[in-house]
Amino acid sequence: MNNSLIPMLGVVTAIRRDTPDVKTFRVEAIGGGKCFEHIPGQCAMLSIPGVSEAMFSITSSPTVKEYQEFSIKKCGVLTEWLHQMEVGQQVTIRGPYGNGFPVEGDLKGKDLLFIAGGIGLAPLHSVINYVRDNRENYGTVDVVYGSRSADDLVDLREIQEEWIGTPGLNVHLTIDRPQDSWDGHVGFVPSYVTELGFDPNKTVLVCGPPIMIKFVLKALMDLGFSRTNIYTTMELRMKCAIGKCGRCNIGDKYVCKDGPVFRFDELDELPNEY
Amino acid sequence: MFKLSMDRIQELLSSLGTVLAPVESAGQVNFGVWSADATLRLDALHTVKSPKDAFFPQTEELARFKLEGKNISVGVPEIKDEPFVLFGVRACDARSFDILDRVFLSDPVDVGYATRRNLGTVVTLACSRPGETCFCQTFGIDPSEPAGDVSTWIDGGFLYWKPVTEKGEKLTETVKALFEETDDSAVEAAKANIRAILDRLPLKDLSLEGWGGDVLMEKFSDEKWEEISSACLGCGTCTFVCPTCQCYDIRDFDTGNGVQRYRCWDSCMYKDFTMMAHGTPRPTQLQRFRQRFMHKLVYFPSNNEGMFSCVGCGRCVAKCPVSSHIVKVIKTFGEGNK
Amino acid sequence: MQAIAEKIKAKALELLENGTVNRVLGWEDGEMPYDRTPAVFTKDELAELKYDHFCGANLSKYLIAETKKDGKVLALLKPCDTYSFNQLIKEHRINRDNVYVLGIPCRGKVDVRKLRARGIEGILSIEDDGTTITVHTLYGDETCPREEALLERCLCCKGKEHKAFDEVIADDKPYVEPGHDRFEMVDKLQAMSSEERFAFWQGELSKCIRCNACRNVCPACSCLSCVFDNANSGVSSKANVDPFEEQMFHIVRAYHVAGRCTDCGECSRVCPQGIPLHLLNRKFIKDVDTFYGEYQPGEDTDSRGPLTNFTKGDVEPSIVYGGDK
Repeated sequence: MNNSLIPMLGVVTAIRRDTPDVKTFRVEAIGGGKCFEHIPGQCAMLSIPGVSEAMFSITSSPTVKEYQEFSIKKCGVLTEWLHQMEVGQQVTIRGPYGNGFPVEGDLKGKDLLFIAGGIGLAPLHSVINYVRDNRENYGTVDVVYGSRSADDLVDLREIQEEWIGTPGLNVHLTIDRPQDSWDGHVGFVPSYVTELGFDPNKTVLVCGPPIMIKFVLKALMDLGFSRTNIYTTMELRMKCAIGKCGRCNIGDKYVCKDGPVFRFDELDELPNEY
Repeated sequence: MFKLSMDRIQELLSSLGTVLAPVESAGQVNFGVWSADATLRLDALHTVKSPKDAFFPQTEELARFKLEGKNISVGVPEIKDEPFVLFGVRACDARSFDILDRVFLSDPVDVGYATRRNLGTVVTLACSRPGETCFCQTFGIDPSEPAGDVSTWIDGGFLYWKPVTEKGEKLTETVKALFEETDDSAVEAAKANIRAILDRLPLKDLSLEGWGGDVLMEKFSDEKWEEISSACLGCGTCTFVCPTCQCYDIRDFDTGNGVQRYRCWDSCMYKDFTMMAHGTPRPTQLQRFRQRFMHKLVYFPSNNEGMFSCVGCGRCVAKCPVSSHIVKVIKTFGEGNK
Repeated sequence: MQAIAEKIKAKALELLENGTVNRVLGWEDGEMPYDRTPAVFTKDELAELKYDHFCGANLSKYLIAETKKDGKVLALLKPCDTYSFNQLIKEHRINRDNVYVLGIPCRGKVDVRKLRARGIEGILSIEDDGTTITVHTLYGDETCPREEALLERCLCCKGKEHKAFDEVIADDKPYVEPGHDRFEMVDKLQAMSSEERFAFWQGELSKCIRCNACRNVCPACSCLSCVFDNANSGVSSKANVDPFEEQMFHIVRAYHVAGRCTDCGECSRVCPQGIPLHLLNRKFIKDVDTFYGEYQPGEDTDSRGPLTNFTKGDVEPSIVYGGDK
């Protein structure tokens, strides 16, 4: 019997600094190749033994065949440790966990609107690239992405060099406060969404800080969107990642296995403990 | 049906291989490895801790890691594969295994739990003297006819032994020579006695009306949680004596010679249970208290065809330092107890 | 005790009505005949206030949270609870302005676990005539001499005097405390060989289930975040990785409360495994008394505790570390 709690080993084969506090780590199985297959929106448990183990979004698209990537913001004990890693460092990894986004289900054929704030781009990054690689299966794509400053926009180079220019994909970047080097939009994400005024028949995928999500939701409601067409991902403390340790239990759901992706009409049925 | 004089109980236990039974140590009765010089306490209605330890130990090593330079090596300890007998389990605790099975044997199966569950044979013991804290009947449990692989009764100086499952039959084969066969009459009389006592229990009419999986938001939003949780100390007594609580933590421990990753029981009553780098979604004891009882009486039934995650053993009733236990919760909110 | 309870309720009502306080911290009845839960009562709820021989819970620690709320709370404190109250005042944990202390009399509290330990099962109701406890059970009536059913702390009662109060309700009948020597068991343990003593504590502490009830109920454990809850401290408050860990938890805790522990005995009262934790504290109390002069934490609110104060007469560390190995 395979013990789900025992991780496999992975090795960090590349590290990219995205922002002052976000780095992206490329992880491969020992001997090369991906540790496992995943679908966009799924997560994995990464750990440095002796520090701790925690759940992270897989930010690379499943269409990447050689490796998986994780964009990780430095905010706690484990992430500080991860940020100090060098290429060649081994980590433990287990997964994939969670339901992921319904890229082959409800999202197929839809016009998609991605809304992200800060490190909230991480779980959406995988979907956006999956959609880009399967462009014919989806309608128009809009990405609204904002951060505190231009320096805090994760994957800015990839966005500018690869996303912008993808047929049928529009990128709308914004930063919270004006900055000398920035000639783009300035303002918070929710008000930018209102300003851009999207067609309420689009399907929305939103991720970011709770306060941003709250106001984005309000903006979308005002534009006439339906809660059944808006997806988000949740983040809670997790230990087992297989729906048993009880830590991420909200109502009758376990975020690690029933989530992390939920539609807002599903969240309405759950206690507000997230 | 078989019987054996209680004078020969030691002989029976020593023929069963490794036996975990209620034994007394430093004045308290808990399930422990039985040996001829242990103080067997089959008269104790409840052990302090439930027997869930046998399948889901309070602390269990999961893996060992060594870090050398950039490399990590993983070692996985073998799970002991020695069969054992869990002897003297009460009807309520026997039911708790069905509840734990729902969690640990559902996909993906918990390997440690499944292994121990296969290795263990559960010998239950009818409750000849139920207590005032007992309310197993509320969950349809019959303490006069406990489930398990083998059911036993102690009456009139004899142990009556009835194999129930195939596993129980197998175990019975190994000790058959000790027993004499008997009819059901003595056990039927013992059951009638027990049922007469059950009818007089103060909590016999405790009703779960108003609870279950379909009242989620209604119960969650009830204002009564504030008052009923106000005395809660936020300790883990209820959780750790509970036969059905199964939340756990996974931690790493630096042994000075590598890292030991272990799993240990955890309690949603503790304030660090849901703590993340940026805070916790349950900052108040009210929320943590509510989580524990909502899980047992609403969330678990919602996911398990109405099965409650409580067996009415009454351990928390007896042990909560401030008497803010599940019976009080059930009565405060439930519609059937007014 | 019934008459006392009525007097307390009448006084509480008076203080609520004249606006001295806006709520009352006391005990309420529970599901079992011995269940008493600390609770806060408004004027309308006052009928549910209960005071009898099962109200053992020390209410002082609840005042940390209660005195942060609006308005003055009436606290019902037994004589021994006032020691913890004073100690919490001294440690700036309780806002004295927001509490009105009503000292209430106590004739010792009954420990239902001691009744159970005598084999009394199926408890339906309990009567206390002042000398004998009569228990009506599913299996017939049982009796127990009252003194044998008292909480450990009550056997070594600190006396009838309230060390902090705004007002006191006097007892209406004489009560003689059992007057046991609180250091008797400490002396016994000290007289043991170190092997015997180790075996005693190993037997007791290995029962620990890491529930933290002792810590959470302890009025001296008022840290906002305990060192044992810090995942980065390298120790865990909920796992027994090896048998030494539970010893370390209790011994470290005893060190942390040394010189501040009033010997209220709540730790032993709440321990689900019946570990005599108060003995660790009493050993420290005895040592502190021996080395720094007799001192009773909580007797007042302004004296400096022996371990937070330096005098030229303090014992030299070598004397502390020397002696019986």
